[in-house]
Amino acid sequence: MTVIPEEKSVEAIVAQESVAATAKRGLTSPWASLAAVVIAVLWTIPTFGLLVTSFRPESEITRSGWWTTLWNWDFTLDNYDEVLNGSTTNLATYFLNSVVITIPSVLIPISIATMAAYAFAWMKFPGRDFLFVAIFALQIVPIQVTMIPLLKLYVQPPFNLQPLAGSDAPGGGLYTIWLSHAIFALPLAIYLLHNFMSQIPGELIESARVDGAGHVQIFTKIMLPLMAPAIAAFGIFQFLWVWNDLLVALVFGSNPEIAPLTVRLAELSGTRGQDWYLLSAGAFVSLVVPLVVFLALQRYFVRGLLAGSVKG
Amino acid sequence: MSTGEKSTQMAIAVAVFFAVVALILLVTQRLRSRRGELVQSAAFVLPAVALIALGLLYPAITSIYQSFRDNTGDAFVGLENYQTIFTDSDQVRVLLNTAAWVILVPVVSTLVGLVYAVLVDRSRFEKVAKALIFLPMAISLVGASIIWKFVYDYRDSSRGQIGLANQLLNWVGIDSYRFLLTEPWNTIFLIIILIWVQAGFAMTILSASIKAIPEDIIEAARLDGVGGMKMFRNITVPSIRPSLIVVLTTISITTLKAFDIVRTTTGGNYDTSVLAYQFYVEYFRSYDQGTATAIAVLIFLLVMPIVIYNVRQMRKLEAR
Amino acid sequence: MRSLKRSGLAGAAVLLAASAALAGCADDSENDGGGSAGGTAPGDGKAECEGMTEWGDLTGRDVTVYTSIVAPEDQPHIDSWKVFEDCTGADVKYEGSKEFEAQLQVRVQAGNPPDIAYIPQPGLLQTLVGTGKVVEAPEGVSENVDEFFGEDWKGYGSVDDTFYAAPLGANVKSFVWYSPKMFADNGWEIPETWDDMMALTEEIAQAGDIKPWCAGIESGEATGWPATDWLEDVLLRTGGPDVYDQWVNHEIPFNDDAVVEGLDTVGEILKNEDYVNGGIGDVKSIATTPFQEGGLPILDGECALHRMASFYAANWPEGTDVSQNGDAFAFYLPPIGDEFGSPVLGGGEFVAAFSDAPEVQAFQTFLSSDTWANEKAKATPGGGWVSANTGLEISNLSSPIDQLSAEIFQDPDAVFRFDGSDQMPGAVGAGSFWTEMTAWIAQGQSTEDSLTKIEESWED
Repeated sequence: MTVIPEEKSVEAIVAQESVAATAKRGLTSPWASLAAVVIAVLWTIPTFGLLVTSFRPESEITRSGWWTTLWNWDFTLDNYDEVLNGSTTNLATYFLNSVVITIPSVLIPISIATMAAYAFAWMKFPGRDFLFVAIFALQIVPIQVTMIPLLKLYVQPPFNLQPLAGSDAPGGGLYTIWLSHAIFALPLAIYLLHNFMSQIPGELIESARVDGAGHVQIFTKIMLPLMAPAIAAFGIFQFLWVWNDLLVALVFGSNPEIAPLTVRLAELSGTRGQDWYLLSAGAFVSLVVPLVVFLALQRYFVRGLLAGSVKG
Repeated sequence: MSTGEKSTQMAIAVAVFFAVVALILLVTQRLRSRRGELVQSAAFVLPAVALIALGLLYPAITSIYQSFRDNTGDAFVGLENYQTIFTDSDQVRVLLNTAAWVILVPVVSTLVGLVYAVLVDRSRFEKVAKALIFLPMAISLVGASIIWKFVYDYRDSSRGQIGLANQLLNWVGIDSYRFLLTEPWNTIFLIIILIWVQAGFAMTILSASIKAIPEDIIEAARLDGVGGMKMFRNITVPSIRPSLIVVLTTISITTLKAFDIVRTTTGGNYDTSVLAYQFYVEYFRSYDQGTATAIAVLIFLLVMPIVIYNVRQMRKLEAR
Repeated sequence: MRSLKRSGLAGAAVLLAASAALAGCADDSENDGGGSAGGTAPGDGKAECEGMTEWGDLTGRDVTVYTSIVAPEDQPHIDSWKVFEDCTGADVKYEGSKEFEAQLQVRVQAGNPPDIAYIPQPGLLQTLVGTGKVVEAPEGVSENVDEFFGEDWKGYGSVDDTFYAAPLGANVKSFVWYSPKMFADNGWEIPETWDDMMALTEEIAQAGDIKPWCAGIESGEATGWPATDWLEDVLLRTGGPDVYDQWVNHEIPFNDDAVVEGLDTVGEILKNEDYVNGGIGDVKSIATTPFQEGGLPILDGECALHRMASFYAANWPEGTDVSQNGDAFAFYLPPIGDEFGSPVLGGGEFVAAFSDAPEVQAFQTFLSSDTWANEKAKATPGGGWVSANTGLEISNLSSPIDQLSAEIFQDPDAVFRFDGSDQMPGAVGAGSFWTEMTAWIAQGQSTEDSLTKIEESWED
């Protein structure tokens, strides 16, 4: 059995193609294609409606449906103009804040979780199963419950440690945001990655050990390459959650100078407003980056979460 | 803080972090003895365990403690908070709604995600088709709720609609329908929003999983003349079973925690409230931490069956 | 940006002396409490800086302000304290958030409160004072409030007879929006009594072209609050201010007969299919119409009357002529009978402080002065802001509706009452009261059932 996908034989690839074709014939019929199209349309139309709305004049949005533009052409870029230039702070600043917040908030938990997941899947130590189940169960703790105790810890840490939040927070409060995002991501990340890692056949690890490889070597040389698509997949989700997060930024950031895009978007519609024209345009401005990231990373997991065949 | 400062802070944070990780790996690399392996495991697991203990376990324990105290946390009140949440006349409805959410959302989104993943697998439009379903994932729950509130907008049949759903009804000659107001179906229409978001998650994970099915298994089945629905039921689904469980579990937990949709669309009115939203209301609007944390503990207990099921699955996998 | 660099440096210093930092923080507030910062204020001796220089030189000191007011309404606030910054040297840092009510609680309880917060409800002030973190208002603020505000306003800013928070902005809720042009075209007159108003309502309904009233109470998670204002406004008129006070303070049950009568009176309009919901739909549509859009049918000539607070002025689309003879204006919701005079329902924000550092006290005092009220009026050229501060020059207000509101606030004969739901405990005022009023409209729940359910949710 081949281990590394690059070594897959041509025959295997050909076989897989035909396999997929067979699998598809499984549901093949005009009905199947129809179902696919229906799902795709259903899933796209609400967003599409919002896209069209974002280009419509303010006064028209609450007067007529967006589909009327089909026969009543009337578009404007004013909404985007206001979203992009309507604040005293340049929108680019918020964009940068989002990026600065997101990158460490994705990299840190993924690295820690990958190591922990490996240990839970392939290392033997006392209390392993108990710890793993506990971590898994802690997924359910809502962020809202953690806000006051965690913020308290940041503001007044025990043992006279450096306070991370408050008026003199280091890094303008960025550290608390990064740390909080990392903490909240860990249980799910460990659970998901553990699941994929434990599906890797044991013989693979065993044979490496027999060859004299230690855990660190197995982890870096075998596990990481195999796990790349799974890590990329989780990375995308974590990226999305952080990018779209408002709560953590509000609670643990509490410094307008590092406010991410979501904070700006949430305030777009004003104190008492419900301004569709700004909300719709704002939504698309913030949507651009996640979409680009998804498309860019997509190639990692079209190969399959376990990097091709390692099982069977 | 200037742009440069922020970026520098970020670069420093990332660099320091990776230096520490590399150091851990380097130092523990040489340890081979039994005792050494223990140190190694600790080095792998402890960062995660420490962070979780600090950020999740400690607050969770605080919450359980608070759930036995009064609204300001000053006095011990025994089980009074639990009594409150179970004797409230509207609470039965909230529990029923929560049940509907936690059953329908995971099952339907997984089903849609799975079927779609199989259907578009290796088709010419695969990438685009996947991006379309994935798109809602990239929108926050609040954003998604706003989009759908727009879709569900109600105007009397006699006037022009701005909500697509009612416009469609009007076009086929049906009177406008109050999607968000008419119980009990309004809960279903709210559930659709979360399904719409979560199907992308299910599709992404399951599609990757399908691609990892070893070819020899399918080849063998094909030689045996298995095809069509049978292949899907007997080969595809069992092969990706672990991933299915992961997806169902993850979405269930997300669903139990999700309150943004109810909050943004109906504000819990018209009998649409769910436990997570009740928790939010008690904590942040009524400032009653006792009752709020009691609800949080109840949600935690509801997850227990899911946890236990997963543990049993893992045991089975290990036994194999 | 510049100021943060400073605090960044401070942060670095703290890093070096980690253990000293904590002790240092605690010392700060103790030593500076109530006193002066020493030195001479940058604006000392300048005429416009009168009353702001007594705290000494506050250069380099920050005051953080946290509010629920976000763009674009935040800019006038930031502009309004420019003179304070110039005179004292202090730096006021503003942060507005729509999640204000929830986040403030979290920050206060976690020990990370802002220096100053604008509290929109007396009920929330009460909760915050309960945490023990709110600092009593300094002498100067108390004197200002005695001078410029009525006794009742000071009461809303006090908890258990201790005065904490000075009033800031205010609004009048007892308004009915209408279109002067539409009224003129049809020969309708602005009603002076409740009976006149109901007669006009009936006349419009009889004519059959449009439904007379329109309303919307949808407001996301706060859905229902406009309906609570309706009940409060009418109860002030049917039961009178005394019954209203007893009801707000829960000295009579929430479902007292007087309240039932009040809500039934509201129901004569809001639950009458002939009277609502002009230009939108039927009674139920009130529940799903965003309150911001509730009055807009007036502009299309599809609705004649819309009861909503003064701040609704901001919700008319750009280009609407809001004036006595324009597209939209408001009249005072008339009294029912003459037993209780002309009661006025309103709301407003209060300034609570979580620090007694000199720069914070200086800023607090400034905000409670007539100087600030007039600065704010001048900084709000678009209108939509008013204060109950009697030192406010009405001519500084730009919009006619704000001027009308200010006149009402400054009228010594007006019987003013603060929004009741804002004073009730959160579980009622921001909970069951909203949801049951929504059910009363949307699900046809009876008056008695609705009020009884709210009563049951009120734990003393």
